[in-house]
Amino acid sequence: MALKQTLAERILSHAAGRPVRPGDLVVVPVDMAMAVDSIAPSVISVLRQELGARVRDPRRVAIFIDHVAPAANVATADAQVAVRRFAAEEGIAQLYDVGRGVCHQVMIEERLIGPGQIVLGSDSHSTSYGAIGAFGTGMGASDVAMAWASGRTWLRVPETIRIRCHGGFGPGVGAKDLALHVARTLGADGARYAAVEYVGVDHLPLADRQTLACMSTEVGAKVGLIAPSGEVAASWPVPEWLSSDSDALCQREVEVDLGSLPPLVAVPPSVDTVVEAAGLADVRVDVVFLGTCTNGRLEDLRAAARILRGRTLARGVRMIVVPASSRVLAAAVADGTLATLLEAGATVGTPGCGPCIGRHLGVLGAGEVCLSTGNRNFRGRMGSPEARIYLASPEVAAASAVTGRITDPRALAF
Amino acid sequence: MARVWKFGSDIDTDQIVPGRYAPYMTSEAELGRYPFIEARPEFAREVRPGDLIVAGRNFGCGSSREYAPKALKIVGVGAIIAQSFARIFFRNALNLGIPLFEAPWTDEILDGEEATLDIDAAQLVTAHGTYALVPPPDFVREIWREGSLVGYYRKYGRFPGEGADRR
Repeated sequence: MALKQTLAERILSHAAGRPVRPGDLVVVPVDMAMAVDSIAPSVISVLRQELGARVRDPRRVAIFIDHVAPAANVATADAQVAVRRFAAEEGIAQLYDVGRGVCHQVMIEERLIGPGQIVLGSDSHSTSYGAIGAFGTGMGASDVAMAWASGRTWLRVPETIRIRCHGGFGPGVGAKDLALHVARTLGADGARYAAVEYVGVDHLPLADRQTLACMSTEVGAKVGLIAPSGEVAASWPVPEWLSSDSDALCQREVEVDLGSLPPLVAVPPSVDTVVEAAGLADVRVDVVFLGTCTNGRLEDLRAAARILRGRTLARGVRMIVVPASSRVLAAAVADGTLATLLEAGATVGTPGCGPCIGRHLGVLGAGEVCLSTGNRNFRGRMGSPEARIYLASPEVAAASAVTGRITDPRALAF
Repeated sequence: MARVWKFGSDIDTDQIVPGRYAPYMTSEAELGRYPFIEARPEFAREVRPGDLIVAGRNFGCGSSREYAPKALKIVGVGAIIAQSFARIFFRNALNLGIPLFEAPWTDEILDGEEATLDIDAAQLVTAHGTYALVPPPDFVREIWREGSLVGYYRKYGRFPGEGADRR
């Protein structure tokens, strides 16, 4: 009988060329390693000064200028000049510059990666690639530089925490609510060193899978994996060895009835303090931010537009929309989604990370309250330590923009 | 003898080195002035090479910034002992060659007390007891021996544990 394995164990066994078990240390080939504008200077410094090396295979390297894009000051502009020069010197064709979008969205849009691959990123939300069944994980500058120089990395084979889903979402409820429910259930460090694997989500589109995989890092996970099926299996070649045994031994299994989930909100300053949106009706909102690698896709903009159609923002509320990529922006223009958002009173920023990391395009001031579709609500994340960030779905964001208070979208007709 | 610097749980990388002190905002040469600059300003002034950080759960959570453990290495932190570490911090610190140990008893260690870390015997000795540490795997010891993962690779042209005939 074949060895029963989780998705993480199967991918790492294939990469290592031998069956591996949780706890094993393996050195494996890296299919793709990417860096973003804010960390690339450190990666380049380790590669050139400390390793005295060059990029081994430029086809397996991607660089994104998305975290502070366009540059917000001279220091970041100078750093970006140096990164562009490095890419030219090393023959790296896959440099995605200002306005193309968030690294994690563009990696998938440009099909730079595929199911079953090992993918590293200098950004913690590199778990996002699990949406297409790739072993995507975030690492620091030394690890990315080592991958660029050697084509390999070291990994400890993770235990798996399986999230077994049943049924489908109710109206006004979606993948973000599921991710927040998982954060509440596991806690912010509940999946430390582990793989999170979702099963029972074959009916979910790619966009929802990206949200789930992305948010896996917020419970401390090394990867957030979903076996290719449905839209993903139809769009990418899936290696025949790439499958998961849903009865393989795992560290923990959590069962979720999707139909019973309500719209949820993470209350600052932690992602695992999660309550029902309906219970926060007394929280007044100054800024609504719709975007990020978590929830800045066309489906997210459409979900917000369905609620905002024919309505306007509450007095005193600003709404900033930052599409996850230039393609998302173009599609939202083409199908009228963007017009609906603008007519409601929202404004639009350059595709990229937007104000999520508090460096530009909508930094928060003291006392301000933001309802964000992003992934982190640490104190000071989006600017002033005295600002407060609530995390929720695009539907909750749109409903809250209309009323000026945190609102369960099911309370509005759409 | 080394001094113990005691910290609580969920110490995030923004407390270790705030983002606006990132090397690309300041300079690599200044990094040693910034560890815990806001969370515990006396640390960078008073820490001595070999001093120990002892902490609760989930030490180093948050961003992937390697300059957080790098700042601790520059000031000479001898080891970090915590109930648990966030995974990217754990990798980054390990790659930089900072000894890390997970131990359940860190609540018993007091801030400011003197302690002796014996890495070979895998124990921490203080005035009120001897505490066992789990010895690291060979992979980790080899990185420590060469100072960092980059140092190891530069010397051997391979990762620890890979066949010596590789490449």
